[in-house]
Amino acid sequence: MSGAGNREAVFPTRQSLGIMKAKLKGAETGHSLLKRKSEALTKRFREITRRIDEAKRKMGRVMQIAAFSLAEVTYATGGQIGYQVQESVKAARFRIRSKQENVSGVQLPAFESYITEENNDFGLTGLGRGGQQVQKCRDVYGKAVETLVELASLQTAFVILDDVIKIVNRRVAAIEHVIIPRTENTIKYINSELDELDREEFYRLKKVKNNKKKALDEADAERAKLKEQEGEEGEQLTITGSDEPADILADEEEKDVIF
Amino acid sequence: MAAPSSYKDRNFLAVIGDEDTVTGLLLAGIGHVTTGANATRNFLVVDPKTEIEKVEKAFDEMTARKDIGILLINQHVAERIRYKIDMYTAAFPAVLEIPSKDHPYDPEKDSVLKRVKKLFGE
Repeated sequence: MSGAGNREAVFPTRQSLGIMKAKLKGAETGHSLLKRKSEALTKRFREITRRIDEAKRKMGRVMQIAAFSLAEVTYATGGQIGYQVQESVKAARFRIRSKQENVSGVQLPAFESYITEENNDFGLTGLGRGGQQVQKCRDVYGKAVETLVELASLQTAFVILDDVIKIVNRRVAAIEHVIIPRTENTIKYINSELDELDREEFYRLKKVKNNKKKALDEADAERAKLKEQEGEEGEQLTITGSDEPADILADEEEKDVIF
Repeated sequence: MAAPSSYKDRNFLAVIGDEDTVTGLLLAGIGHVTTGANATRNFLVVDPKTEIEKVEKAFDEMTARKDIGILLINQHVAERIRYKIDMYTAAFPAVLEIPSKDHPYDPEKDSVLKRVKKLFGE
């Protein structure tokens, strides 16, 4: 994960160092927030799975009772009513509507059952005999379907939460294992580059100072040499008699050169 | 995440199952038959002679419909198209396996409970 390769392509400047530091801070805040979200969702998720487990077992019992009541109907009406029921179906009486529930920013739909009273497709079922059993069976099955609807909304919530938790966990892992190390690496890189630049700058200044000093010394030496030569020349000049320029130089400075 | 439009109109339940289950649920009033040229029913009666292709087709049609919120399917029927149910992961419509008169409910076979078990590593 770490190493010089894993960093962002930035120029090592103080400005990008500032940007990277802000980014690291943002990533850490985001990480802790997402982690909390994931924990809240997981808590909810566990609760839902537990309730699903319970509801599934309850459903087994309820459906058993319902099947028994249908058997009663079959016995009472003295024959199969399935065909008649299937053919007289027109519009649904038992319907569902969905509403939303917000869990840590996740919209979980929940089904709610309701019965439209106006239509009744089975007015004639069990007219001959067993009408009471048919009615009872309808009630029992109505209750069973309510349980099923409840279970279905739990299951839908389960499916959606499962997806969301996976996404959130992936994000948490990505921030933790990719973004934060990479940003830290970048910061480290920028810091080392900046230090390197500092050292280079220092060394350069030292060098420049040395060079200047050297140049100055050389210039001094040169001048001294020149002066010496000129002094000799001046001597020669004084010997030759034209003393004017030699006098001027001698008066200005470097009296020590003149004997 | 589900957009509001994807479940607001889902008003009906659908059922695929044996005759008794379907009859019972229809008596409860979940049946809905649309009229018109392409009339559709939201239930399918499956007996041992029904071909798997037909069940698969009904399953695909019902899961593709936009007005069904919950699809109930008998567990022994689900067993016959198990691979399809295991592959089905969408939230809507919710596919619910229910027991039937002749086949008691077995939580071990349920797709959702299998997922629960897998998630908690049991």
